[in-house]
Amino acid sequence: MKSLEQTTEEILRLAAEHFNVPREQLGPADDFFTKLGINSLQALDLLTRLEQHFGIELPDYELQGVSDFRALAERIQSRL
Amino acid sequence: MLDLRQYNCLGEALRASLDRWPDQVCLIEADRERETVRLTYRQFQQAALPLARALQGAGFEDGSRAAILMTNQSKWLISAYAIFFSGGVLVPLDYKLSAHEQLALLAHAKAEAVIIEYHLWRAITESPEFGKLRARTVLVTEAPASVDLSGAKRWEEFHDSRQPRFVARQRHDPACIVYSSGTTGRPKGCVLTHENYLEQCIALTSVYPFWPGVRYLSILPTNHAIDFMVGFIGPFVCGATVVHLRTLRPEYIREAFSRYQITYMTLVPAILKALEQNLRKRFADLPAPRQRLLNGLIAVNRLLTRTRPRVGISRALLKQVHSAFGGQLRALFVGGAFTEPSTLQFFYDLGIPVANAYGCTEAGTAITVNDLKPFRADTVGKPLPGTEIKLLNVGDDGIGQVAVRGKTVMSQYLDDPELTAETIVDGWLRTGDLGRIDSHGHLQLFGRVKNMVVTEEGKNVYPEEIEAAFEGLPVKEACVFAANYVWHERKMTGEQLVLVIHPADSQQITEALVRQISSCNRRLLNYKRVGGYLIWERDFPRTASLKIKRRELAAQIGDKLGREQVAPL
Repeated sequence: MKSLEQTTEEILRLAAEHFNVPREQLGPADDFFTKLGINSLQALDLLTRLEQHFGIELPDYELQGVSDFRALAERIQSRL
Repeated sequence: MLDLRQYNCLGEALRASLDRWPDQVCLIEADRERETVRLTYRQFQQAALPLARALQGAGFEDGSRAAILMTNQSKWLISAYAIFFSGGVLVPLDYKLSAHEQLALLAHAKAEAVIIEYHLWRAITESPEFGKLRARTVLVTEAPASVDLSGAKRWEEFHDSRQPRFVARQRHDPACIVYSSGTTGRPKGCVLTHENYLEQCIALTSVYPFWPGVRYLSILPTNHAIDFMVGFIGPFVCGATVVHLRTLRPEYIREAFSRYQITYMTLVPAILKALEQNLRKRFADLPAPRQRLLNGLIAVNRLLTRTRPRVGISRALLKQVHSAFGGQLRALFVGGAFTEPSTLQFFYDLGIPVANAYGCTEAGTAITVNDLKPFRADTVGKPLPGTEIKLLNVGDDGIGQVAVRGKTVMSQYLDDPELTAETIVDGWLRTGDLGRIDSHGHLQLFGRVKNMVVTEEGKNVYPEEIEAAFEGLPVKEACVFAANYVWHERKMTGEQLVLVIHPADSQQITEALVRQISSCNRRLLNYKRVGGYLIWERDFPRTASLKIKRRELAAQIGDKLGREQVAPL
C-alpha cells in the first residue's frame, strides 16, 4: 500500500510529464489550474492519465471543488 | 407536444406529460460507458410521487422552497418534479460554487428543504458556517451506508407509498429562484414564474421542436437556466428523452453520441471551441488526397445549405463526420457566453447547425435565437416569438443597450426591490449588453455596459463579488473592475477583471505586495481570478455611506490611464 506522500509524489511527476513542466516547479499545495495554466477540460485529461496509472476510477462529480494536488492525492489514496 | 396554453403551472404540464407518454423513455443516465438508469415516463412518475408524499409529510407545502444541489443525474429531475407536484418553489443551485457560497445562497433563498449529492453535502458539513444552515429537511443522495449524515436523511430511503396531494399553482406564482450571480454581498435571485417557463417553452419549441424519439444529451449543469429548459422542461412536455452523462470527458461524450443517437445537445462556447479544434486537427492529419476530397464535399454542402439546413443531404455528403456524432444530430445549441462566428460557420459547413442564442436568466433563458432561415454566423438571431427587444441610448453607429419585454421576463430579484426597479423599467428588462438590430431583425452584440464579465464557460462574474478576496491587502484602498467597464471595447470575448489598488502615501509596490496579491487571487475559483492589477494614485470617490462610486471611478481611470498599464498577474 502506497503512502499518501508516495501517491502525491507520483501525481506531481505525472502532471509535470503530462503538461511538460519541470517537476520541481510543482508542489503538493499548488492549485493545478493556476500552476499548470489549464482549464477544466485539460484537468479531466490529466485525471484520465492518473486513473490509468493508479488503476482506479475517479468520477468527475466527486472531484467538484478539488483544485490542489494534495486534495487530489487524498481522493486517489482513498480508492487505492 | 402538449398545448402549454392549457396549463397554469409546471407541475400540471409535467404531470400531463407523464400521463400522455407512459411507455416512452423519458430519462437515461450513463456513467461513462455504463448505463445506470433508464426510466419511462410512467416509471419516472412512480419514482417521484413517493418522494413528493414524503416531502409533504415532512411539512413541505404550497410555496415552500427547496434547493437542489446536484450534478446532472436522474435524481435531479425526479426531485424537481416532486417539488413542483407539491406546489413548491425550486431553487436550483450551482454545484460548482464553494460550500461557503452555497450556504450563503441557501440562507438568502430561505430554503426549507435541500436535496444534495453526498460529496457536496460533505463539503458543506465541513464548512465553518455549517451551523447557519436553517433547512428543515436535507436529503442526501448516494451516501455511503456507514457514514453519519449530520442530521440529514438518505434520499433513497425518503419515500412514502401513500398518494401525495397535487398542489396546483397559478401562472404568476414563482416556480424557481435562480441565482444569476451574487454569491456574496448582493445575491441576485431571479424569481421566475410558472408563466415565464411555460411561455419560454412554447417559444423555443416553436423554433426547435422536440417530439417522442428525440434524444437530448444533457451535459451543461441542469441548475443553469438553459439546461433546465432544453434538458428538462422542453423534452418532457414533448415526450422526448433526456440523456444524462455523468462525465464531461470528451471520449465518453463521443461514445454517448453514437450509443444514444443524440438529436440535440447544448454546449458552452469553450467546449464547442475544443470540439472544433479536435476536428480541425483530425482533418489536418488526413492524407492529402482525402483532405482535398473532404474540402470539396464541405464546399458542396455549403452551397446546398446556403438558404437553410438540409440534414439528409449533409449526412449523405459528409457521412463520416456525421457518423462520429451518432448520425442523428440535428443541431447543437450554444449559449451562456459569446461564440466566435468562425466556430459557428465551421460547424454549419459540416452540416451541423449551431443554434446560437442570446439570453440571460432574468429573461427566462433565451431572448433571441438563430432560426437558421438562413443561417447567420454574425448575429445571435432574432427575438423569440412573443419577445420584444429594443435598444436604449442608441449612438450614431446604431448601437445601444438591449432591453427586452415579454412574458418570459422574471417578476423580480428576490427581496431586492431596489435592484429590480433599476433592472426592469416600465416593463423593459435592461440587459446591460450592447447591441444593434439589422434590417432583417437580427441582433448583433458588441460588448457590455455593466461592470461584469462572462467567461467562455458561461459564468457571470461581478467584480463586487470577488473584492472580499483582496481584503486586508496593505494598501490604502482597492477594488475590482471588469476591464471593459473602464476601457469601453466593443467585444464579447477575452474579458478580464482588473484589481485597482491605491497605495498609501509614498508606499512602494514591492515584490512582496505583488506576491500577496497573487496569493489572494489564487484563493478565488479559477474563473473568478483577476488578470492583472493597476496602480491608481488618487482617492476613490465615495458616497456619503462610504460606498465606492464605481461608475465615477471607472470613468476617472479610463480618462487618465490606458489598458496597457495593467500589470499582468
